[in-house]
Amino acid sequence: MTEALAEKVDADRGAASATAVDGEGRAPVVVLENLGKRFGSGPPVLEDVNATVYQGEFVALLGASGCGKSTLLNLISGLDMPTSGAMEVPVGGAAFMFQDSALFPWRTARGNVELALKLRGVGKAERKARATELLDLVHLGHSSDKRPHELSGGMRQRVALARSLAQDRPLLLMDEPFAALDAITRDLLHNELERIWKETGRTIIFVTHNVREAVRLGQRVLLLSSKPGRVVAQWQVSEEHRTNAGAAGELTAEITARLREEIRRHA
Amino acid sequence: MPETLTSPMIKSGSAEEMRSLEAGLDSLQSDDTSRKSFDLSRVLLPLAAFIVLLLAWQFYVSLGLRRRDLVPGPLDVLGSLGALWQAGTAQEAVGTSLQRGLIGFVISIVVATPIGLLLSQVRILRRAFGPLISGLQVLPSVAWVPAAIIWFGLTDATVYFVMFMGAIPSIINGLIAGVDQIPPQYRRVGQVLGASRWEMAVHVVLPAALPGYVGGLKQGWAFSWRSLMAAEIIAMGGSLGFGLGSLLEQGRQLADMGIVMSAILIILFVGIAVELIVFAPVEKRLLRGRGLLAGSTR
Repeated sequence: MTEALAEKVDADRGAASATAVDGEGRAPVVVLENLGKRFGSGPPVLEDVNATVYQGEFVALLGASGCGKSTLLNLISGLDMPTSGAMEVPVGGAAFMFQDSALFPWRTARGNVELALKLRGVGKAERKARATELLDLVHLGHSSDKRPHELSGGMRQRVALARSLAQDRPLLLMDEPFAALDAITRDLLHNELERIWKETGRTIIFVTHNVREAVRLGQRVLLLSSKPGRVVAQWQVSEEHRTNAGAAGELTAEITARLREEIRRHA
Repeated sequence: MPETLTSPMIKSGSAEEMRSLEAGLDSLQSDDTSRKSFDLSRVLLPLAAFIVLLLAWQFYVSLGLRRRDLVPGPLDVLGSLGALWQAGTAQEAVGTSLQRGLIGFVISIVVATPIGLLLSQVRILRRAFGPLISGLQVLPSVAWVPAAIIWFGLTDATVYFVMFMGAIPSIINGLIAGVDQIPPQYRRVGQVLGASRWEMAVHVVLPAALPGYVGGLKQGWAFSWRSLMAAEIIAMGGSLGFGLGSLLEQGRQLADMGIVMSAILIILFVGIAVELIVFAPVEKRLLRGRGLLAGSTR
C-alpha cells in the first residue's frame, strides 16, 4: 500500500500541508483545500471545499441530490480536474464503486474481478487465486462463474465491491452504491461493507443522500451544501449510534434537520 | 425525535444470522439458469412453412393458368435440379460462388475492421469519412460492375472489386454503430481500473461493441453475397469461373425456366444455410451470454 501522497493540483494557493496527523496518529489520505469546480462558465458546482480524510477512516459524504457529491468523487479519483484550490490524493488514484454495478456483461463475476487484477499487472496464476479470495470475501464463491445478468442486484454490487477491492488501492470511493437496492438487501450490504472495511483496513469515502445510511456506516458524516457544494457541517458517529436505537435516532434527526435547513435555503 | 422520521438503521443480527440471510436472498433472487433442451419446433415449424409454400405453388401451377415452360411446378424444378446435379454443374457453381464469397468476405473483414475502429475512435476521420461510408453503403454495388469490367476486364478481380464495394462499407458502419452504442459507464470503469489506451480498446471497447460488429458482419455477408450474384450475372466469360450467377444467366439464355428456378433456389438455400450454420449460433450465444435474449422471439 502506498503511503505516498501526490500533489495533483496546486492552482493558485500554496502547497497543502500533508504532514498533519490526527489525534490517533493516522496520516491524512485525502486533503482538500478550498477546492472548487465549475463546468465551463456556469455557476460553480463546488466552492471552497475543505476536508481531510485520514488513513483507515470511513467517511460518509451526505448531501441533497445535485449538490456535487459525485463531482467531488470524480475529482478525488482523478476522473476530472478541479478548477481552483488544491488537493492531495494517493498516487495511482482510487478504487471506485458506482451506483449501478457497471460490471462488464460479457465477463463472468470472476472474469470481472480478474480484469481489474490484470489491468493492475497481476500475473495469471496469482490472478486466479486472488479473484477466488476476493469473491469468497464477499460470500460469492458459489456464483463466481455466473454472468452479471444471472445475479441479483445485491450480488452484482458485491461483485463490484470485490472488483474495487481487486484494484488494491488504499482509498475506496463509493458513489451511492446501495441506492437502487431493496431494504433487506441494503441492510445486509451495510453489514458486509462494515465487515470488509474492518478486515481490509481501507479508507472509504461513501457518498449518499440517505441520512440513516450515513449514520449507519460512517465514522464521520460530512454534510455538503447545494449550489455551490461545500462542507457545512460534520458529526462524529460512535459505535453507540449504531447499536442504540435512541442515540441513533437522535443523531439521525439532528442531521436530517440540518440537511433540510440547507435545502430550504434554496426555496 | 420528530415523529416524521422513520426509525434509524441500527445493527441487528449476529454474523451467523446475516450469513444465512444472505445465502437465502442469493438463492431467491438469482436466476435459475436451467437451459432448455433442444426444441423440436425450431425444425418442424420452418419445415411446415416450407411445405405450405410448396403446396401453394403446386396448386397454382395445377390451375393451368400459365404455360408450363414459363411457370414450372415444384416437381419440374426438382427434375432440372437433379439433372444439374448429375451433370456436376450445380456442385461446380456452388463451389465457385461459395469460394469467391468466402475469400471476398474474409478480405472485406480484414480491411474493414481496422478502418472501422479508426473511424470510431478518431473524431476528425469520422467527421470527414463517415458520410462517404454511409453513402457507399446505400449505393448498390452493382453500379460498380461496368466500371470494374472496364478496369479489370472479365477476370476474378472484377467480381472481388464489386463484392468489396458492397461488404466493406457495411462492416465499417456496423462496427462504428457498435462502438457508438457502448454505455459511457464502461469506459469510465476502464479508466478507473487504470486501462491504457490499448487495454481499453481490447478489454472494453471491442467486447462491448461485439454485438453491433457481428450485426455488421452479417449484413456485410449479405451485401457481398448479393454483389457476387449480380457481378456473376452481368460479367460472364473471359477467365471468370462458372458461378451460381453464371448458371442463372445461362438458364435465361437457354430460356430454360427449370434452370433459372433451380439457380434461384440454390442461391436462397446457400443464404439460409450460412445464416443458420454460421451467424445464428454466434449471435445467439453472444446475446444469451449478456442476458439480452430474455423475452425475445428467437
